[in-house]
Amino acid sequence: MSQTSQPLTYVHSRTAVLRNENIDTDRIIPARFLTTTERTGLGKHCFEDWRYAADGSDDPAFPLNQPAARGCSILVAGHNFGCGSSREHAPWALLDYGIKAVISSEIADIFRGNSLKNGLLAIVLSEAEHRWLLDNPGVELRIDVAESTIRLPDGGSIHFELDAFSRHCLLNGVDQLGFLLQQQDAIAAYETLTEKAA
Amino acid sequence: MSARTLFDKLWDAHQVKAETASTPGVLYIDLHLVHEVTSPQAFDELRSRGLKVRRPDRTLATLDHSTPTLPPDADGKRPYYTKEAEAQVAKLEANVREFGVDLMGWDSPQRGIVHVAGPEVGATQPGMTIVCGDSHTATHGAFGALAFGIGTTEVGHVLATQCLLQRKPKSLAIHVDGALQTGVTAKDLILHIIGTIGIGGGTGHVIEYTGEAVRALSMEERMTVCNMSIEAGARAGLIAPDETTFAWLKGRERAPKGEAWDRAVAQWRTLPTDEGARYDREVRIDASTIQPSVTYGTHPGMVVPIHAPVPAAADAVEQRALDYMKVSAGKPMTGEAVDVVFIGSCTNGRLSDLRAAAGILRGRRVADGVRMLVVPGSEQVRRDAEHEGLHEVFRAAGAEWREPGCSMCIAMNGDLAQPGQLVVATSNRNFEGRQGKGARTVLASPLVAAASAVAGRVADPREYMTQEAAA
Repeated sequence: MSQTSQPLTYVHSRTAVLRNENIDTDRIIPARFLTTTERTGLGKHCFEDWRYAADGSDDPAFPLNQPAARGCSILVAGHNFGCGSSREHAPWALLDYGIKAVISSEIADIFRGNSLKNGLLAIVLSEAEHRWLLDNPGVELRIDVAESTIRLPDGGSIHFELDAFSRHCLLNGVDQLGFLLQQQDAIAAYETLTEKAA
Repeated sequence: MSARTLFDKLWDAHQVKAETASTPGVLYIDLHLVHEVTSPQAFDELRSRGLKVRRPDRTLATLDHSTPTLPPDADGKRPYYTKEAEAQVAKLEANVREFGVDLMGWDSPQRGIVHVAGPEVGATQPGMTIVCGDSHTATHGAFGALAFGIGTTEVGHVLATQCLLQRKPKSLAIHVDGALQTGVTAKDLILHIIGTIGIGGGTGHVIEYTGEAVRALSMEERMTVCNMSIEAGARAGLIAPDETTFAWLKGRERAPKGEAWDRAVAQWRTLPTDEGARYDREVRIDASTIQPSVTYGTHPGMVVPIHAPVPAAADAVEQRALDYMKVSAGKPMTGEAVDVVFIGSCTNGRLSDLRAAAGILRGRRVADGVRMLVVPGSEQVRRDAEHEGLHEVFRAAGAEWREPGCSMCIAMNGDLAQPGQLVVATSNRNFEGRQGKGARTVLASPLVAAASAVAGRVADPREYMTQEAAA
């Protein structure tokens, strides 16, 4: 296992849509699956209490179970996606399920940070752009990480905000721990300075 | 230097490297709290790279989430809910041995929920940066520490480097004027605040709670308020340190002693926000108008005063929440039949919370058909409560008195509600299925929870409070 994720340059897929606002991390991966000590294998429990019927079969009422949504790697979700806990199991589960990008009009801070560190694109759009995507499930999008743009089927494109460092890490599969380890001298100097003062 | 907020001062003091347009800043972390659920993959990462924990002396672990709250059997075997839960705890025990980290484990008199035990042992101090792989780390902001939850990748970063890559969030001041009425608690205050600003209202911000009503809160009440900052989307909540803070902290095991204490207090007195400092946003709340409050929906922002009618659903999603909760718009939550009452968690599992609940239950019985679980937040809380005889009050009333842990707040240790059951809980999240698949959670104060246990329906505690309890 390594934290260095694969370089991510673009995501090209049809969209699957979950219109619900405030989809929390308990919905994405219920707490009873957090006893794992691995990062892998959580995809089968992603949205567990939403996607399966009582008999364990796929519940057709769950939007991602519909045939058109199968195999989609771009999830368009309602406002404030990923709110709640800090569990990194949420992006791990989504990635293992096959999602490579989540788009909403607001994405909770901790979830967004966790996602970008794992190579899951978390994209916040304006309300109007978001609404259009919510209202048009199944459209084919091409997300270009380097350009920070989403190309629409009609050839138009939407720009999204992605800080330079996250973009660099995604494009190059850069390992943030490696980056921090290169700061050891500065960290040691900080410790010397502050611990002497205390 | 220009006028700075408490948050600005904490941020500035921990910059190893300032952020630039192309890179986030390197933020130093003074205290890293660790628990069994969000750490195993991070320790694996260190092991796979041959790294050590940089500062074991700034790292403190506990067992809380996956731990059973029923006692061990005659052979000393603990009743873990699953083999995975037991293995997860064993893994943390092995990791702390290998990496030389202190653990408040099964044999420790200090074990408890990470956000209860950390402050209790004096590890949490004003002016610090504190992180934990747990979103309720905001709790420690009650001491004037910048404290926030992180994911497991970042747990690995802090273990290996004692630092995080961070960009500075915005600041939001919530000024709470006036005084809380009798029977209205810190829990009602924070539920009211979340209901007011919304569950995304604090996203991208660090909240500082200020004003007369906040200054009047005890340390335990301040922890309740800061704890739920994340429920408004804010990663951190802060309250400036003052005499209340210093008095609470003095003499605790890990707090500075002697001259070091005096120097620390002098330093801590410089932390409060300067006159004229500016926040990115400000909100004003009048404490005197707040009523005992409860949630009626499936997120912590769906809050109503206990006697107020449940609002009509604004859209299909809200209607689905009302349907899931089986509540009707236009009717108040009082009178909703209760199946389970849970008192505990990092929000309301401290001694003052148990005293408040016991004050209502003393000489009364939990209503027929209601199951009530009382779970102290730590071994220290358990000892203090038992010393005062609170456990006898709970047991005499028909409640279960359990061992410390997160228990039914996150319901991953087997303490859970059955599908359809209505739980009045003093914890922090009422998401669908949070307390068990199909379980319906009503978030409330310990007073409301205890009154509801006695009534067998959601009830106003003021109807049960004697003058003595109200004082």
